[in-house]
Amino acid sequence: MSSATSKSRHTTRGRPRLYTNYASEMAIFNTGAKRLWILIGFFALVILPFLLDRDMVSLGAKVLIFAIGGIGLNLLTGYAGQVSLAHAFFLGIGAYTAAVLGGEARGGVIGLGWDMAIWLPLAGLVPAIVAAVIAPLAARVRGLYLAILTLGLVFIGEHIFKEAKPITGGAGVGRAPAEPVFLGFDLFANYEVFGIEIDRYTMLFFTCLVIFVVMALLARNFTRSRFGRSFAAVRDRDIAAEVMGVSLLRTKTLAFAISAFYAGIAGALFSIVIGRISPETWNFFLSVDFLAVIFIGGLATITGSIMGAIFVVMLPQLVNALTRYLPIDPGVGGGGLLNVFELQSIIFGVLIVVFLIVEPRGLYGLWLRVRNYFKAWPFSY
Amino acid sequence: MVELTPILQANELALSFGGTKALRGVSFSVEEGELFAVIGPNGAGKTSIFNCISGVYRPQEGNVTMQGEEIVGKAPEDVAHMGIARMFQNIELFDNLTVLDNLMLGRGSHMDYSVLSAFLFTPKARRQEVANRAVVEDIIDFLDIENYRAYPVGMLPYGVKKRVELGRALAMQPKLLLLDEPVAGMNVEETEDMARFILDVRAEMGISMILVEHDMGLVMDLADRVLVLDFGEQIALGTPDVVQADPNVIRAYLGEEML
Repeated sequence: MSSATSKSRHTTRGRPRLYTNYASEMAIFNTGAKRLWILIGFFALVILPFLLDRDMVSLGAKVLIFAIGGIGLNLLTGYAGQVSLAHAFFLGIGAYTAAVLGGEARGGVIGLGWDMAIWLPLAGLVPAIVAAVIAPLAARVRGLYLAILTLGLVFIGEHIFKEAKPITGGAGVGRAPAEPVFLGFDLFANYEVFGIEIDRYTMLFFTCLVIFVVMALLARNFTRSRFGRSFAAVRDRDIAAEVMGVSLLRTKTLAFAISAFYAGIAGALFSIVIGRISPETWNFFLSVDFLAVIFIGGLATITGSIMGAIFVVMLPQLVNALTRYLPIDPGVGGGGLLNVFELQSIIFGVLIVVFLIVEPRGLYGLWLRVRNYFKAWPFSY
Repeated sequence: MVELTPILQANELALSFGGTKALRGVSFSVEEGELFAVIGPNGAGKTSIFNCISGVYRPQEGNVTMQGEEIVGKAPEDVAHMGIARMFQNIELFDNLTVLDNLMLGRGSHMDYSVLSAFLFTPKARRQEVANRAVVEDIIDFLDIENYRAYPVGMLPYGVKKRVELGRALAMQPKLLLLDEPVAGMNVEETEDMARFILDVRAEMGISMILVEHDMGLVMDLADRVLVLDFGEQIALGTPDVVQADPNVIRAYLGEEML
């Protein structure tokens, strides 16, 4: 016990898994294996864009954006236990905040053309403030009622986006997103560094990668803090949490605000990757996609949100590849038994049900099983 | 008891749910370091008293003061910050958190780093986490639950859960501890263990306690004074021997013809 207060030494006495102080046990990457995986993952992500074609790199950026948004929703739904169908609404607010502050004024829409260093943080802060205003209402209800309340929010939001023409361009028209110019440095242009050509899609990928890494680490820190614990307490037993000194209103408001901050950043980046934003983008189905990210990836884990994002973004590609072998119409029109989009929705739905029943910890839970198998190897448990 | 300074004082508490009167004018005070027991048949209003003290219910009449400060009307989390901790009748632990995190949650009011420093895990946050972790480890040591430290609470057996719940309440370093049936559903050995822990808590930490319990042997052995309730009414208050001999108490528990 006294070792924590005494001078902490990082000795392991020849035993790599022995912690000799609390700080090293609390570390995010507290085992050698985790550090190794992170290193491998990081190098893979840096090299990958140079090996893949343009479409795949853009898809990679979309994975990172879905991971950021997924982490946000997981903090709210997975950690704090507040189901939200309004995630797309907050993505939309983030996207339009960015577009107004960092976009061009063209075609009757407002655009201030500011730098990314200004619009990126504000694309997170504005949705967070909106969420903090709405949260006291949402904090009064739970479970199904909260789901319905947030469902209402996403439809109200879509309507507002369609009507607010000076900001959004209006239904069916849309507007150009913010310009990713960071401190005068255009992040959506081709560059050449040490003879290696970096195209604009790769640049965008790296921009998303940096923001993703920072936000994932911040989230990981947050979840091991006193606030992360109070989120989980509110989720598991709200009355007991109150009696233990956790304010429900303050905790839920914080959860909604932080979730919306992550959603806003994800929305701003998403709008840049898709190139043009229409109000219809921020609809109920985008919210469901994010719920799929966290349910399939694993509730209340940051790593799971990332796994879920990879899965949800990559699945349509897989389904497309399958269309050659199955009686599926690759387009939207009639013809085959199903079209691609229908099949995709069916697969999502089935997977959410299967994961809820078989492995509620999602893909992350599957990973835990694999890991534990090898940990115990050669024994079965 | 040499010096009598009440830590908690309840005056004429009355609580009703529609037509049902849960409490009808209950008054008592708990002294510094005292182990005060509340007993009574099922539905007598014992847990209602706890809910009034911890801010979950608001009594229609009467007031409760903690070291002179009014409690009635305060939100549960504010009551907790005043130094009142509680162990629930039906275990109310955070099932998906580990034993360690459950106890660390009890340390919440002893940490004050901001949201921003939580995100950045600044040295201040780290220092507070480590310092409070040391306190929690002492309690884990005290309750002999080292082996379960890293397990999610939902997986643990009943007796251990009860002990973890006591630990979570102790982690708050309360001035007053409310124990709602700490040995309900336990066998003889587990009951004796819990009784030992309760006595140790009093001896080592000097925390005042209010105990609600159906196990009469335990109450009469441990308590300094006993309050007896029947249908929300206060029918006796005094030392265990006095209460045991009180005809009203015998009538409430055993019926009229036993006298």
